[in-house]
Amino acid sequence: MNIRSALVPVLAVALAIAVGAVIIALSGSSPVDAYRALIEGSLSDPKSIGRTLEKATPLVMGGLAVAFAFKAGLFNIGGQGQLVVGAIIAGAVGYGISDLPWIIHAPLALLVGALAGAAWGAIPGVLKATRGAHEVITTIMLNFVALNLTDWLASKVWREPGVIVRTPRIEPSAEIPRWGEIPTGFFLAVVAALACWYLLRGTTFGFEIQSVGLNADAARYAGISVRRIFVTTMAISGMLAGLGGAIETNGIVGRYEPGFNAGLGFEGITIALLARTHPLGVIPAAILIGAMQAGGSMMQFKADVQPEITKIIQALILVFVATPIIVRWLLNKREADELSVSSTWGS
Amino acid sequence: MSQVSEATPALEAIGIHKRFGGVVANDDVNLRVEKGRIHALLGENGAGKSTLVNILFGLYRADRGEVRVAGEVVNLGRPRDAIDRGIGMVHQHFQLVPVLTVAENVVLGDEPSRSHTMFDFGAARRAVQELGERYGLEVDPEAVVEDLPVGTQQRVEILRSLYRRADVLILDEPTAVLTPQETDQLLEVLRGLADQGVAIVFITHKLREVLAIADEVTVMRDGRVVGSTTPGETDEAGLAEMMVGRSVVLRVSKTPASPAATVLRVNDLCVDDDRGLRAVNELSLEVRAGEILGVAGVEGNGQRELVEAVTGLRSVVSGIVEMDGHNITGLSPRQISELGMAHIPENREKHGLVGAHSVADNLVLNQYYRAPFARRGFRRMDTVTEHSRSLVADYDIRTPDVFTPARALSGGNKQKTIAAREFSQGARLLVAAQPTRGIDVGSIEFVHQQLIDQRDRGLAVLLISAELDEILSLSDRIGVIYGGRLVVVADASDLDRIRIGRIMTTGSHDTPAT
Repeated sequence: MNIRSALVPVLAVALAIAVGAVIIALSGSSPVDAYRALIEGSLSDPKSIGRTLEKATPLVMGGLAVAFAFKAGLFNIGGQGQLVVGAIIAGAVGYGISDLPWIIHAPLALLVGALAGAAWGAIPGVLKATRGAHEVITTIMLNFVALNLTDWLASKVWREPGVIVRTPRIEPSAEIPRWGEIPTGFFLAVVAALACWYLLRGTTFGFEIQSVGLNADAARYAGISVRRIFVTTMAISGMLAGLGGAIETNGIVGRYEPGFNAGLGFEGITIALLARTHPLGVIPAAILIGAMQAGGSMMQFKADVQPEITKIIQALILVFVATPIIVRWLLNKREADELSVSSTWGS
Repeated sequence: MSQVSEATPALEAIGIHKRFGGVVANDDVNLRVEKGRIHALLGENGAGKSTLVNILFGLYRADRGEVRVAGEVVNLGRPRDAIDRGIGMVHQHFQLVPVLTVAENVVLGDEPSRSHTMFDFGAARRAVQELGERYGLEVDPEAVVEDLPVGTQQRVEILRSLYRRADVLILDEPTAVLTPQETDQLLEVLRGLADQGVAIVFITHKLREVLAIADEVTVMRDGRVVGSTTPGETDEAGLAEMMVGRSVVLRVSKTPASPAATVLRVNDLCVDDDRGLRAVNELSLEVRAGEILGVAGVEGNGQRELVEAVTGLRSVVSGIVEMDGHNITGLSPRQISELGMAHIPENREKHGLVGAHSVADNLVLNQYYRAPFARRGFRRMDTVTEHSRSLVADYDIRTPDVFTPARALSGGNKQKTIAAREFSQGARLLVAAQPTRGIDVGSIEFVHQQLIDQRDRGLAVLLISAELDEILSLSDRIGVIYGGRLVVVADASDLDRIRIGRIMTTGSHDTPAT
């Protein structure tokens, strides 16, 4: 990522914070106090940093899922569905098997959860490759299917006896430990981001994915099987989201509870956009959003600002990232002129 | 314009400057177009011709300099201003509404009406008929545009300008889309228009047309006017030299082919197009090692489907494609490529390159997964870079470095990149579709020479081109495709331009008794 393309999201965040400050002021609170509380609640001590990273972990995975699919030119809107499928399967493996040593049980739960996400993600890939069905439609539809499927599994099949609809707590051997205040799952997410980055950059498979994403026609002419790339990319994308759900279940929540993950998969779209779909850019983007989520309650407590303000700031970031014209105008870039050189100059 | 004396040019550009970002597209350009004369504007792609005429038509605004119409300085902020001043333009890509009739298209934007509300089709039809008779441009006013051949559609474009009382007509590469016969007809029409006092600016890079029709020639190179001349004072070689800035070999010299074993054999091939209609119909051909088989034909006669079927990109309905005796029908593009087939696709931007990839990556676009460019699924970028550097040098690809995105290259250098990739993989057969379309003379010369050199090294070449000159100068044998069938295949020496042109347009190789 060159400096200029990194500047756009940074400025978008700054603009969103500035506009957010105005909104906080209009609501009668002090923006300075509010932001101070936000930082205090998210970055001031090991505990709050741990909470930020805890929030950021599934966001990294969700963001990676979207960013990775995008490299092949695919819009995976189904991160939410893939995530809950991975989350509930990992939870089932986590509580359903006992007497396994930790070194086997915890990775196994994550692996099975990731594979479940991969299978769920592969479905729209196969539909696109064989029937030409657009992945935006099919992934959205499969979100509903996944939601109802996991609700049913949690309330009927794998339900813990009692009033609350949820699966039983996972065995201690399936838990992903914390490293002090820091959840180990975060490091897994970072490793996943590095792996995606290297896969895209250094492998022939990554080259195929990028070629298909940048010009599917030329890729086909060069002998690359575009259909195979659609299926494998969607499977990997689903695997990333599924792994995110599995880490959430086995590293943070300890069981699957319907509704607990609501919206996590969709945040992935924000994260991927903010990262400009760069696999490594996903990490800071997820930490930023994670910090806002972690610090939201402190902001309410100390500055009497509703935590929803962080949602507004998040939405504003998205607006400014998605409309880079505003940011470019601030950068005083004459994009229009540059465009005309590449597209219309010459006879 | 009767009050204007003969010495005042109909259209004049004085000291035009235009920059796009850091690129100077027009640098102190002067152009003087006289009433009743045909003025050819000649230059390679990127020479600045289109920029200049776009300024004259109000599509771009010059940074400096002035435009005069009939001696009067004008401010052309948008095309409407130019049209109001009597300037008409026929773009390379027609600006017609395909589902409307000829008459409707001609009057569109300036429609005759009854009591200012109802469209007056009768008046539109009469206007088209009158204009047609007056200028020798007869077209059925009630025909729907999309049903008309390209050459006729172009007439509609010209009628549109004349309907708006254009006395200066700018045509941007008007012959690029025409068959030889249609080109001749167009040149006749233009001569007729000039005789009636219309000033014509004719953009082209085809030298023969310039010599055939122009009264004056202005040659541009790198955004500047490098010379003005008349056909009487120069010849093709002279014009080419002005255009390129050095002497150019217009006809590749080649020795007679020494064909060996048959490499490609296509037997009774039937292929459907995207709409499911039969595009290639029981077509058979053979290409031997060390020869170039040229397939001439008007575009849309099954060439694209033929190429895609042979290269494995399109499924075959029936028939057999064989390479070196192996049946390759139904194999994947990669399998076919690994058997030794190279392919220069017709649409270089869309099919030949991944524009956002670097030149280096594009040079291995179909080899990236093999040794020495990869090992066990991991790319070996050092080898890729080294390989691409040597190809860039060997094929004279003009690029800042091998890491530059391919889309930043000029058309000619893009094509050289594709040619370098396809020639360098030791193929037995090359399928080259429109290999020099829209590229500069220097690059054409280079690609042609490469084709001949590779042929001499034993490559079998299936050349598909709509440029008759290209077919004639390169092919050892020539076939003409019409309606999905190969109408005739003969030694190049047995066919001439006129005969091929007739077969291209009529599908018949009977010589009419005239």
